[in-house]
Amino acid sequence: MKRVYLDNAATTRLVPEVLEAMMPYMTEIYGNPSSPHYFGQQAGMAVDKARAQVAKAINAESGEIIFTSGGSEADNTAIRGIAERYKNRGRHIITTAVEHHAVLHTCQLLEKQGYEVTYLPVDEYGMVTAEQVKNAIRPDTVLVTIMFANNEVGTVMPIAEIGKLCREKGVFFHTDAVQAVGHLPIDVKEMNIDLLSMSAHKFHGPKGIGCLYVRKGIIIPALIAGGAQEKNRRAGTENVPGIVGMGKAIELACTDLEQKAEKIRTLRDKLIREIPKLIPEVKLNGHPTIRLPNNVNFSIKYIEGESILLMLDLNGIAASSGSACTSGSLDPSHVLLAMGLTHEVAHGSLRMTLSDETTEEDIDYVLEVLPKVAERLRKMSPLYHE
Amino acid sequence: MYSEKVLDHFQNPRNMGEIENYNGMGMVGNAKCGDIMQMFIRVNDDGIIEDVGFKTFGCGAAVATSSMATEMIKGKSIDEALKLSNSAVVEALEGLPPVKIHCSVLAEEAVKAAVDDYYKRKAEKKD
Repeated sequence: MKRVYLDNAATTRLVPEVLEAMMPYMTEIYGNPSSPHYFGQQAGMAVDKARAQVAKAINAESGEIIFTSGGSEADNTAIRGIAERYKNRGRHIITTAVEHHAVLHTCQLLEKQGYEVTYLPVDEYGMVTAEQVKNAIRPDTVLVTIMFANNEVGTVMPIAEIGKLCREKGVFFHTDAVQAVGHLPIDVKEMNIDLLSMSAHKFHGPKGIGCLYVRKGIIIPALIAGGAQEKNRRAGTENVPGIVGMGKAIELACTDLEQKAEKIRTLRDKLIREIPKLIPEVKLNGHPTIRLPNNVNFSIKYIEGESILLMLDLNGIAASSGSACTSGSLDPSHVLLAMGLTHEVAHGSLRMTLSDETTEEDIDYVLEVLPKVAERLRKMSPLYHE
Repeated sequence: MYSEKVLDHFQNPRNMGEIENYNGMGMVGNAKCGDIMQMFIRVNDDGIIEDVGFKTFGCGAAVATSSMATEMIKGKSIDEALKLSNSAVVEALEGLPPVKIHCSVLAEEAVKAAVDDYYKRKAEKKD
């Protein structure tokens, strides 16, 4: 059976060049980077190189990169770290209603510890404005944390504007850029970003490795206590193969980034243009143009997301949904609900996320299969009347 | 995550769709939770469920449990149909993931709602 992978926002394929770069660090170069001997120093040099590769990709300095176990740890380190270290400046945090759970649940945890959190509402496209942030900033606001691009609907937030505003107001600005790194050009200096989270497996790197960028001069306490690794900001022996793989992956992702994004965007737009022609009563979720180059998200009315996924999977197509059945709770995606979708329409959402490995043939196959799946499920649905 | 049997009923649902001349119809669940089941039955003068059909908005388990429930009550008396338990549906499907058990409860409720409606219609006819 033909298999088409359109769940690249969940994770991506580790590319062979990355694996090749990692292999020696799982076999012959096994030293601990903290050790002063030859074995350790070989590994240490590889970590330094990867740190420089990651820093360069976002126009940061090597010393500003803290390697973590992934995006969630980076988000936790940033938010809890700033809240704790700078609490004398205030205990108010601003975020949005559509953040990833790694940010939302961390904010909720801080609320229990006496912090106050403002969850900015979003418009119908899942967008917040710099104006909203401006109006929410108070004298006791210590941190603004807003995602670079939404993982479900792909809407890209006005990060540079928000960054500029926060810098002017003297408020720390963190962005969860897990979905954006390797897909959109990012310049932490130009965009006035103080802290930024990323995860390697979202751009063809290995799982279990990510990093937090922390602007020079900002002190971040360690979330994981222990040894002096990462300049006392993250204890634990470095995941050397993971770090090397992340360095290689980000370098590859940022090479010809614009050209690759353009190619993916063309395929994305083909899906966005053709699906409403082939299936009546669908709704595009997320902003029509200010969205990640690889994200397509539709609600197919009258049918439910998990059964769409299941039937697509039986036809070889892997995608994702914001339905309750796939979120592990009774409620559908908090992102879609925050955008004002009804429960019923939110349950019928289908997310397809492309990569630079997606072909036009893959897209045509989806356009052939999806209308049949929708028709079949609609025939079964008590909500649908022809 | 799903058994072969569940996938089979999802891919090849039995008794799917509205049936002709039904004399009992029940609809349970709600769109908020993401599951709606509609069950149609035609009961003959001997109290036997001659024909049954379903329509479902919901996940794979919701479709499979409704399909299985229709198979289990077709040709049975309404008294037998009322005895159909959700656990019997789960067993017949060779198990369901724990988070999907509520789908089988909904299937049981859909059958009961269809039978209730049948009795209601019958009583109205007498009046």
